Amino acid sequence: MSTSIKSSTNELTFASVPAADGLNKALALSRVDIIDAIHESKLKGRGGAGFPTGTKWNLAAAETRTPKYMICNADEGEPGTFKDRVILTEFPDLVFDGMTIGARAIGASLGLLYLRAEYGYLHEHLENVVARRRKTGLLGRDIAGIEGFNYDVLIAMGAGAYVCGEETALIESLEGFRGEPRNRPPFPVVSGFLGRPSVINNVETLAWVACIFSKGVEWFRSYGTGASAGHKLFSISGDCEHPGVYEFPFGITVAKLLKEVGGEDAKAVQVGGASGRCVPRSEFERRLAFEDVPTGGSIVVFGPDRDMRAIAHNILDFFVDESCGQCTPCRLGNPKLLQGVEMLQEGTCSLQYLNDLKGLARTMQVASKCGLGQTSSVAFMSILEHFENEVLGRKPLL
Amino acid sequence: MLITERDRLREDVLAIAELTDCHRASLIPILRKVKEKYRGIDTYAMQLIADVLGIHPVEVYSVATFYSFIQPQTQGRLAFRLCRTLSCELEGKESVAEQLQRDLGIGFGETTPDQVFSLEWANCMGMCDQGPAMLVNETVYTQLTPGKVHDIVEEYKSQQEGHVTKRQAERVL
Repeated sequence: MSTSIKSSTNELTFASVPAADGLNKALALSRVDIIDAIHESKLKGRGGAGFPTGTKWNLAAAETRTPKYMICNADEGEPGTFKDRVILTEFPDLVFDGMTIGARAIGASLGLLYLRAEYGYLHEHLENVVARRRKTGLLGRDIAGIEGFNYDVLIAMGAGAYVCGEETALIESLEGFRGEPRNRPPFPVVSGFLGRPSVINNVETLAWVACIFSKGVEWFRSYGTGASAGHKLFSISGDCEHPGVYEFPFGITVAKLLKEVGGEDAKAVQVGGASGRCVPRSEFERRLAFEDVPTGGSIVVFGPDRDMRAIAHNILDFFVDESCGQCTPCRLGNPKLLQGVEMLQEGTCSLQYLNDLKGLARTMQVASKCGLGQTSSVAFMSILEHFENEVLGRKPLL
Repeated sequence: MLITERDRLREDVLAIAELTDCHRASLIPILRKVKEKYRGIDTYAMQLIADVLGIHPVEVYSVATFYSFIQPQTQGRLAFRLCRTLSCELEGKESVAEQLQRDLGIGFGETTPDQVFSLEWANCMGMCDQGPAMLVNETVYTQLTPGKVHDIVEEYKSQQEGHVTKRQAERVL
């Protein structure tokens, strides 16, 4: 690697948890007790959607068909998110510990880690970790002396598609197809990879699983809010003094977070990546948690001089490029919104047309098949809502 | 394509497919390997892969064209991918993009005539705290400035013998 890849900026819990500690403690429990512990911890998916991990595992464990698969979603494509890169670089053992605990809980025999193509430089590093774990008996046959607990992990490489971070698209990609999301139900816990029960968890979720067993359910639950337990890793970039990966308990206000990273003069922050919403200064007292402003951990800070229209333009440009093209609202809607944002710049977008575009955006949110189309217009809508006066009234270009 | 080239491609595809037990799920790993070695996936290669996996060549085409890292068209040996997404834009990717085009003598989406360099946009590559960022094959470069990319391009050029840019080629012809 040519440049050093700087990592975290405040102290992460992950650094204090020894590899295999959580795994050994979990494997001493019965399968039911493992799932109960995750249930009680109230751990929710860290990828952004926030589905309770215990419920997901329970559904997969209840399935009788085998083989089952335990899949780690390392297709971290959301703009502004890079926490998984840091976790995979510095704490890969915690992720594999979490995968192995999950495999024990649901009865999976094979694990797949779907690594995005842009992180190709991590491939060899992760293969080395897997090889070492095989050698030390943390992967393979009869793990930790538990007879019949056979589990191995393969690293599968993505090939450059944002939509593959959606779990059913990820499965399609693993099976060798275009990454086009499937209809749900059936959910992957019933019919996932190769039509078998599969659990797909985010990198950070799995690392927290290892921490929960190492440090205890009570410890984990003592942080955060009622509906959002524990700590969360935040990827912070944009106009602030100290960008990087930070760990904060859920429920931290936007204002407090900005103070920590040196971005107090921000006029707005984009929470949750390109598919998240734009939070203006007037709402900086809101809390980052599933019940208030939900987030997968991406925070992009916009300084006082930023042109919010240009930001909407960049975000929509991204979605036009990354829409898989399968369903009409998303395939055709995003280019229309992008065109509208260009017209705003040129001063040729009437208020009537802008209202039509808002209607189109609402249609896309309800009629699109997967999360990409349902959320691609969220940033556009929130920028229009909070920065209408800045976006409107531009002089026509000559 | 020369018959000897075809034979070599056939041998390569069969060898790669054999490593992956010829299951449909091997399609993307096979395409990645072919792309890595040949920098492109032509129709003959797609037909070969389809035969090996027992699927229609159109399926191979549809998958290859879906993913940005296994696009069929031939790229240079050194694929420059500059991130264009939000954080890198805030950090000033635009001037870096200008400088890259000038130094490589090609625009985005183009490849130099000697097929050494190609340049394209990439969507967020997870280097948002250190933007602007770019990938050259699998090497990542961060906190780019126009001056910095100039040095990087010069460094790569000095490793290539007899490289000519598109503009230089046009001048000669």
